[in-house]
Amino acid sequence: MSIVSHLSESGVTMKIAIQGRFDFGSHQDFRESYDKNDSSVKEYYVDMAKTTYLDSSALGMLLLLRDHAGGDAVIKIINCNQDVFKIFEISNFDQMFEISAAK
Amino acid sequence: MSETPQLKILITDDNIADCLIINKLVKDQGYQTVVAHNGLEAIDLFLKEQPDIILMDALMPKMDGFEAAKKIKSLVKDDFVPIIFLTSLNDDVSLVSCLEAGGDDFLSKPYSSIVIAAKIQAFTRMITLHRTVQAQRDEITRRNEYLLQEQKIAKNIFDNVAHLGCLGAENIKHLLSPMSVFNGDVLLASRKPSGGMIVFLGDFTGHGLPAAIGAMPIAEIFYDLVAKGFGVEKIIHDINQKLNTILPVGFFCCASIIDINYAWERIKLWNGGLFDVLLKKNDGRVLPFKSLHLPLGILSAEDFNTECVECDMKVGERVYLFSDGIEVLKDQEGKAFSLNGFADFLLKNENPDEIFSHIDDQEKLSFERNISNIDDVTFVEVLMISEEIVSSKHEIVRNSDLHGARDWSMSFEMFNQTICDFNPIPLMLHITMEVPELRVFNHDVCMILSELITNGIDHGLLGLDSSLKNSANGFQHYYDLRNERLTNLSGESLHISLRHLPHATGGVLVIRVVDTGAGFDYDAIDFDIPKASQISGRGIPLLTKLCESIIYEGNGNTAEAVYRWEKTQDNNLL
Repeated sequence: MSIVSHLSESGVTMKIAIQGRFDFGSHQDFRESYDKNDSSVKEYYVDMAKTTYLDSSALGMLLLLRDHAGGDAVIKIINCNQDVFKIFEISNFDQMFEISAAK
Repeated sequence: MSETPQLKILITDDNIADCLIINKLVKDQGYQTVVAHNGLEAIDLFLKEQPDIILMDALMPKMDGFEAAKKIKSLVKDDFVPIIFLTSLNDDVSLVSCLEAGGDDFLSKPYSSIVIAAKIQAFTRMITLHRTVQAQRDEITRRNEYLLQEQKIAKNIFDNVAHLGCLGAENIKHLLSPMSVFNGDVLLASRKPSGGMIVFLGDFTGHGLPAAIGAMPIAEIFYDLVAKGFGVEKIIHDINQKLNTILPVGFFCCASIIDINYAWERIKLWNGGLFDVLLKKNDGRVLPFKSLHLPLGILSAEDFNTECVECDMKVGERVYLFSDGIEVLKDQEGKAFSLNGFADFLLKNENPDEIFSHIDDQEKLSFERNISNIDDVTFVEVLMISEEIVSSKHEIVRNSDLHGARDWSMSFEMFNQTICDFNPIPLMLHITMEVPELRVFNHDVCMILSELITNGIDHGLLGLDSSLKNSANGFQHYYDLRNERLTNLSGESLHISLRHLPHATGGVLVIRVVDTGAGFDYDAIDFDIPKASQISGRGIPLLTKLCESIIYEGNGNTAEAVYRWEKTQDNNLL
């Protein structure tokens, strides 16, 4: 599991890529990936292209990101594989995040 | 190291001269010494003086150093008491046998005071390290025992709160396998005062203490509201609100709640974040109920949606709920428990009695192989049974109120939109439960109240014809029509009054419901219980069995039921 974040030059868009299992063990890394930045970020992309697994604590971490981002920011979860997408579907997180499957 | 007490060193040598030399060398280093002259004395002094380090000559009369070393090492157990052999032997075989006997090092004669001092200091460091590690280990063990003890007590309290429901009912089979002392899953079931049952399954993010703490208010709200006769919407709303308030961001509870209505052979279901709830029909079909909502504890009350799904469920049909544990097993065990796998399994299975035991066996098997403790697996099967079977078994309800309201009356009137929005039954039941020992007949009272109120609203105020319900599609039509007319109510009211009169061996409860509707022809009512095949029209005939009398007055918009109850034998014993 590795989490890499990348902030655009303008400082408005942030991309967080999650590789491997996204579960309770990723808590610290995921938090650090966005915590170091100030609140000027208006758009977050959580890239799940290489995420193989997602558990309920990971869903909780996304809620934490949403809390951190505040009401004005948009969070988009992109490139979800079939299994990951199913978990978002069951938990109805598409009601809170923009979620898209892998092309 | 300055704080460690002065170390005591046991010197064992049969040669008096050597003894004196070593003793002086060691004492000069600031250590306390005791001296023995053979192996037996050494063991004796070891027991009496508890030295920290032993210097031992190899060859001695009575008992040599090798044997004494073996004995001493067998006596020290967990402690670390280094034995340094003093020897004039210097062939490899002799030196190896020193170490094999339990020695930790050796010193060759003639002695060098610098080497002795250095070796003693080296072992002192090792002793200190050993003692620190040992103390930490003991502390961890102690704390762990304390923690386990605390968890045991907490689990006890939790079980008392969470499992006072009817999970043991004959039509429920369930499987709870805790990952640790606590389970991240919550399973609750309770009988409704109006008959039927409500089952709740929740799965918290995470396990252990946080999950168990979150489960406590859920259990309390659940049992309290079910006992007062509230519906699933209200229960799920209140639980969500509570969790939203108490849980930190990122924690939530995936849950399903099912209201099982025996009389109508129908279920009402809400699913937020759990896997499909599956209904196995008698004709072999498997109907999935998808999660349509976010888990509990995330949304605020304004955004939370309590909308439920309803479905027919005939006697003999079974509904299955499970937590995500079953899905997690897939990774380890292949296909057996994946979501689709289970639905397929249900579909193919022709003997529904065996479904649960099959899952139970599989679960035990995987538990033995130690693969199920990735997550908790909770699995429940609820069977639809006929109302006659349920109501024939009287439930004994503990009642310790000796005093209370025995002689009273109350009246309550609702107007317009409130008739649509507010369910008055919990409020009424709350008051009737204040009558000592009437609580046991809660089920009857609730039944009479809800039948009279439903009739008053449906037939009195809304003018609905219950013959609409005579077909399966008609049922849906009836409810659509009901909802439509309810939202358009204006200028109407419903008046409910209760009067309780005590008598020596029980009491009489008079319930009057008056509506402002057009009324109906009450002489036409058939007071006989309809045939089993008939879907509707059970209400009034059922009431005539429960009540001493049912009277309609005016143009049919006033109904009065007189319910007479007697203290039961069981009741007096409680």
